[in-house]
Amino acid sequence: MLREFELDLPGDLQETLTRLPGGTPLAGGTNLLVDLRARREEAKRLVWLGNIEAFRDIKIDKAHVAIGGGTTVGDILRNSAMIDAAPSLVGAARVFGGQMVRNQATVAGNVCSGSPAADTVPPLLSLDAEICLASSTGVRSVPIDSFYSGFKKNQRKQDELITGLSWSVPGPSTANLFYKLARRKGDAITVVGVAVTVTRDGDRCSDARIALGAVAPTVFRAKDAEAMLTDQPLTEELIDEAARAAMAQSNPIDDIRASADYRRHTVHMLTRRLIGQAWRSLAGKEADK
Amino acid sequence: MSLEKAISVEINGIDRELTAPANETLLDCLRRHGHFEVKSGCEKGDCGACAVQIDGEPVDSCLTLAWTVEGRSVTTLEGLNDAENPHPLIAAFLEHGSVQCGYCTPGIMIAAEAMLREKPDPTNEDIAIALSGNLCRCTGYTKIFTAVKQAAGVLRQGGGDD
Ligand SMILES: Cc1cc2nc3c(=O)[nH]c(=O)nc-3n(C[C@H](O)[C@H](O)[C@H](O)COP(=O)(O)OP(=O)(O)OC[C@H]3O[C@@H](n4cnc5c(N)ncnc54)[C@H](O)[C@@H]3O)c2cc1C
Ligand code: FES
Ligand code: FES
Repeated sequence: MLREFELDLPGDLQETLTRLPGGTPLAGGTNLLVDLRARREEAKRLVWLGNIEAFRDIKIDKAHVAIGGGTTVGDILRNSAMIDAAPSLVGAARVFGGQMVRNQATVAGNVCSGSPAADTVPPLLSLDAEICLASSTGVRSVPIDSFYSGFKKNQRKQDELITGLSWSVPGPSTANLFYKLARRKGDAITVVGVAVTVTRDGDRCSDARIALGAVAPTVFRAKDAEAMLTDQPLTEELIDEAARAAMAQSNPIDDIRASADYRRHTVHMLTRRLIGQAWRSLAGKEADK
Repeated sequence: MSLEKAISVEINGIDRELTAPANETLLDCLRRHGHFEVKSGCEKGDCGACAVQIDGEPVDSCLTLAWTVEGRSVTTLEGLNDAENPHPLIAAFLEHGSVQCGYCTPGIMIAAEAMLREKPDPTNEDIAIALSGNLCRCTGYTKIFTAVKQAAGVLRQGGGDD
């Protein structure tokens, strides 16, 4: 039996927001219920988000993607437009938990879980996503790049709800990839997660984003490495140098899944591999022009 | 003990009323109401033994609170095991020996059935992705994959569908 708590079942967004002060949002429950059972979580009152209308909706147009605060990882996989609108996020969704967890787990809940191994976060950082927050006193939006302030710490105020996330659709000269290193493809906690975005302009890289998961107290962008690539032609040597810079910026721990040294090594290897892959895929497109 | 509440829910096509306190999982609640085909394994989302469909979507009932299914439709293995018209997965599992101790079977069928609606001709990769949240300690999965493929074939030919 789970510890006792109250459970609110508000019927719409407004009512949800008025119930949030002092309450804990309950989305898929794949973190919250596990934590409640393990007695790691002490929430006294849960506020169920599943009755908010259209909370799972996904809107994709030519330039822009917006997902709801209740969009699940399974919803991302089932949306056929997502493969172009967020290739790295689809990559993460495919290797996320098992089918049942994917149907329950929300992207917003993953973002809020604060785990440095949360799989949707490197993709969302590589896409430069914006987080929409609402409370009964107003709404604001925070770039995901400035959302995390430390291990399991973020900018969300206690009474705020994530009502959605949005980002720009990567253009034809941008490649966006994610790789999860884990013991097996599905249902395993990430050892190292890497998401990259590379934009090519002629023979140069005009923009690069590299987001690393599970190698520091929070998911973060390896901005030293990004800066080395920006406005440069990407040679093998430069890519390797940048991948080493990404490794130098990571600060992993030893745990049962892997040693810190192994994690650092794989950051170097995976960053090099993904940037190379992204760059080469765009070379093909340049040649087609 | 927190207060019990009555919740209306459709279970395997029949309107039912369940009672549950706020902190009861759908897993415990269903078993308390006689649905022993829903199995309790890890109780933390790892094994898939407790899988049921809510409005057609497989979820782990151990990670679902009973109150949150008010007004929705829940499908358990019994919902696929209509005596007149059993789902082709059931015959295929029997034929191929895909059931040994049987503990994982209800969850696997619930997960596989949902996949077959989306992917009528699944590859091994599709099956692996769909069943990655279901652990089986007996069969080694090979026979399960064979049975799922056979059931897919039967369904594609219109079997088990009238
Ligand atoms: C078996 C299993 C496998 C898993 N595999 C993976 C995996 O491969 N990769 C991975 O990254 N994670 C994995 N997880 C972890 C978990 O599924 C994810 O972190 C999930 O995305 C959490 O979302 P949720 O909707 O279930 O959140 P909940 O558990 O409902 O909530 C999590 C936290 O977020 C808060 N919250 C939820 N929604 C909102 C909102 N809209 N606004 C504000 N706060 C909110 C809650 O209050 C709570 O603090 C796994 C979990 C299990 C049990
Ligand atoms: S009992 Fe629910 S997943 Fe194991
Ligand atoms: S048949 Fe025994 S666990 Fe699968």
